[in-house]
Amino acid sequence: MFGRLSWAAIPFDVPIVMITAATVGTVLAAVLLLVTVKGWWPYLWREWITSVDHKRIGVMYMILGLLMLVRGFADALMMRTQLALAANGAMGYLPPEHYDQIFSAHGTIMIFFVAMPFVIGLMNFALPLQLGVRDVAFPVLNSVSFWLTAAGVLLVNLSLVVGEFSRAGWLAYPPLSELAYSPGVGVDYYLWALQISGMGTLLSGVNLTTTILKLRAPGMGYGRMPVFCWTALASNLLIVAAFPILTATFAMLLLDRYCGFHFFTNELGGNPMMYVNLIWIWGHPEVYILILPAFGVFSEVIATFSGKPLFGYRSMVMATMAICMLSFLVWLHHFFTMGAGADVNGFFGIATMIIAVPTGVKIFNWLFTLYGGKIRFTVPIYWALGFMATFVIGGMTGVMLAIPPADFVLHNSLFLIAHFHNVIIGGVVFGVMAGYTYWFPKAFGFKLNETLGKAVFWCWCIGFYLAFVPLYALGLMGATRRMQHYTDPQWLPLMQVALVGALLIFCGIILTAVQLAVSIRARHRNRDLTGDPWNGRTLEWSTPSPPPAWNFALLPQVARTDAFWAAKHNPEETKRLMAQRNYESLHIPRNNPTGFFVAFFSFILGFALIWRIWWLAVVGLLGLVVVGLMQAWRTDGEVHVSVDEVAAADRPYPLEARAA
Amino acid sequence: MTPIKLGRLSRHASTCALVCLMLASCSEGPLDPQGPVDKAERLILLDATAIMLAVGIPVILLTFCFAWWFRSGNRRAQYRPDWEYSGRIEMIVWSIPALVILFLGGIAWIGSHDLDPPAALKSSAAPVEVQVVSVDWRWIFIYPQQGIASVDRLTVPAGVPIHFRLTSTSVMNSFFIPQLGSQIYTMPGMATQLNLLADHPGTYPGLSAQFSGDGFSDMRFDVVAASAAQFQSWVDATHAAGGVLDRPTFEQLARPSSEHTVRTYGEVTTGLFDSIVAAHVGMTHAAAQE
Repeated sequence: MFGRLSWAAIPFDVPIVMITAATVGTVLAAVLLLVTVKGWWPYLWREWITSVDHKRIGVMYMILGLLMLVRGFADALMMRTQLALAANGAMGYLPPEHYDQIFSAHGTIMIFFVAMPFVIGLMNFALPLQLGVRDVAFPVLNSVSFWLTAAGVLLVNLSLVVGEFSRAGWLAYPPLSELAYSPGVGVDYYLWALQISGMGTLLSGVNLTTTILKLRAPGMGYGRMPVFCWTALASNLLIVAAFPILTATFAMLLLDRYCGFHFFTNELGGNPMMYVNLIWIWGHPEVYILILPAFGVFSEVIATFSGKPLFGYRSMVMATMAICMLSFLVWLHHFFTMGAGADVNGFFGIATMIIAVPTGVKIFNWLFTLYGGKIRFTVPIYWALGFMATFVIGGMTGVMLAIPPADFVLHNSLFLIAHFHNVIIGGVVFGVMAGYTYWFPKAFGFKLNETLGKAVFWCWCIGFYLAFVPLYALGLMGATRRMQHYTDPQWLPLMQVALVGALLIFCGIILTAVQLAVSIRARHRNRDLTGDPWNGRTLEWSTPSPPPAWNFALLPQVARTDAFWAAKHNPEETKRLMAQRNYESLHIPRNNPTGFFVAFFSFILGFALIWRIWWLAVVGLLGLVVVGLMQAWRTDGEVHVSVDEVAAADRPYPLEARAA
Repeated sequence: MTPIKLGRLSRHASTCALVCLMLASCSEGPLDPQGPVDKAERLILLDATAIMLAVGIPVILLTFCFAWWFRSGNRRAQYRPDWEYSGRIEMIVWSIPALVILFLGGIAWIGSHDLDPPAALKSSAAPVEVQVVSVDWRWIFIYPQQGIASVDRLTVPAGVPIHFRLTSTSVMNSFFIPQLGSQIYTMPGMATQLNLLADHPGTYPGLSAQFSGDGFSDMRFDVVAASAAQFQSWVDATHAAGGVLDRPTFEQLARPSSEHTVRTYGEVTTGLFDSIVAAHVGMTHAAAQE
């Protein structure tokens, strides 16, 4: 009846898990109770859960990412604590079977359920506003994408209490992830959670690519798009090209595990090396999917707070697209040590290094954007400057790892771990934090607290160096990744410093929550009434904060890059952007629960397949079909917005006053 | 002000990095080489670092200098709100990283060929053959020329090139002796190759660098580099101590176990390694666990 699911699946004998589950369960129950008692359900359902507004969906992605950051970071703290204890014969407090789940979950969560939601959330929120359009190309699909990601998140977190998570690392290399070596449900949780959320990501990629290619404000040619839109285009093209590979690879591994196929097994002609190749053909573009939008954020932030246009716009665009292409030619550098031969290793080593050229160009262009500027030291520029210094270091260690003979001694070492945290934290996380602070007033109509924002930055920045410089050193001392304990007593002090660094970053995460609470309390004092709190350059600042559901009362006319900046400084442009405010009625997409129900039944399907509860899988599948049919036969998809409503929501930026 | 703090921070960071580097070079890692392969690899590592720091440090410093000088409060800084392009700067900006990468690319290409793991090392001595099998979670070393084998300790003659052929019976591992240089994967059903040499007698740590399951952290072994005479006497002693590594004994050893006892076998069935590669024991892991 219940497949492999029984009471034995719940780890009553592991106190850490039980205490965590009890705490999280209590908090969750309290929140649900509060929402019920206060009667917030209709509001939540109407305004958020069924919303197809790209801004709301973007915000929900960010909230999801933030929650999962806490989860993933708890894993990180446990690992760092374990390694600060388990030296020289001591075994720490996490036995291997638990420790292995923790590092697998940490990697999986941080990449798929923290970095991806953050980056997609920012793109979702900012892209249509920057492009000067009213929504993404497929608003309902956008909601489906978000809720599919949420379903994946739910599955991963469920594995904490019901059953177990994968112990095979965040990329689940076979043969270790095959049934023969991982007979439990851990790898199944991993695979189904990522299949479901990966589908969401792919749909999101299709949606945002279409939005950029097909929906831009009148007059906004490709050469006039803000650089963030360019980087988002590159990132989404990569999603469209790379995520199907991930889905196909996981599908093959699932066939191995469920149907006795032999794609990657040791027996009957299976070849694990094929998996390693395929997973990295997705995996390397994936890191550019994450970093390119962060580059875009920094381009916007540095230009805005320097009060200058971005230096070398065309160079930046070319560099972005070069990285987009090259990212598909480098996957083999993840396994130079597999014995491919000197020519192959040499080729992929050089191809990898070539990516450092456009990346270096970007750094130089940001540098020259600062030059001649009038730099306002706000929180986003702190993140940008911290990024520039940190990312240069991460880039250099990346090029070191790209030299095959150097990689032969650094592969899989803590040096590698330090390198990719250097670029992911120093690049993606710093970029997301910069973007969060930068666009927050646009989303909610008030600014975040500056002092606390700076405190968050210093915690992350100093914490990062304390946590990962020791790891660089440990890697050079021969320490490898994924050790549950070690014997060399020399490593212990460095491991302890790394723990202190991690705790400092943890303070940064707590301060982010404090900053949010403080800023919400003080919101009346930090209102953004003009819609342009930073003296911005691009179109999102020309509409009120928060923007109406339709973003722009009148679609802006664009004649150059930095259209809004031009409008503020040039009377001719002012006239063009403002035109006469002849409002027209418009249609916006109606709220739609399809996304929520698709995710609900996908979750049921995933859970049933993980535990081999076949009747429940049929229920899930049928549910999906019914939801799909209902969506296909819906009759009324749009809401009419009258001229009066459009006019009432519009607070045109006082351009005339400014130009005069 | 901020940029000063940032500058101080980066100075602290670089001091910290330097201390770590010094610490690393006197430990048992790849920065403390004991053989020609790791020596060459360390040289490449240090060369590449020096070349990149020559560009990286000025860029980091310029970032802080520009940010500081062009702060909004500085009346002496000239604000150029429309300066967004300079062909000359663009050219320099593309050429600097391109030239660095051209140079490093050369190092990478030549280095990958010179230090290709299967390439034989230059030496007057004939290489000693060692066949390596990783099992869950132990290392088995077979010496086909001597007809002996050992578990979880690798004894080799110093000053003589060692030619390894490596495979696995179950999951992937990576065979790595940091102070001797290059690591290489061990994979079931396949044989990879590696050539290493220890310059001097001594004991060096060896390990698996590829996560392979619950017993992974203990897949460490000592590499004992002995003088020629000591090696010969070890071989003789191993012969004398007896024990036969045949197929049934091997299958026993290949069962998942976290137990690590160094042991030796005075006799090994001829062709055992190749038969492992061909069939990797032929029993499933699940069956072995029962």
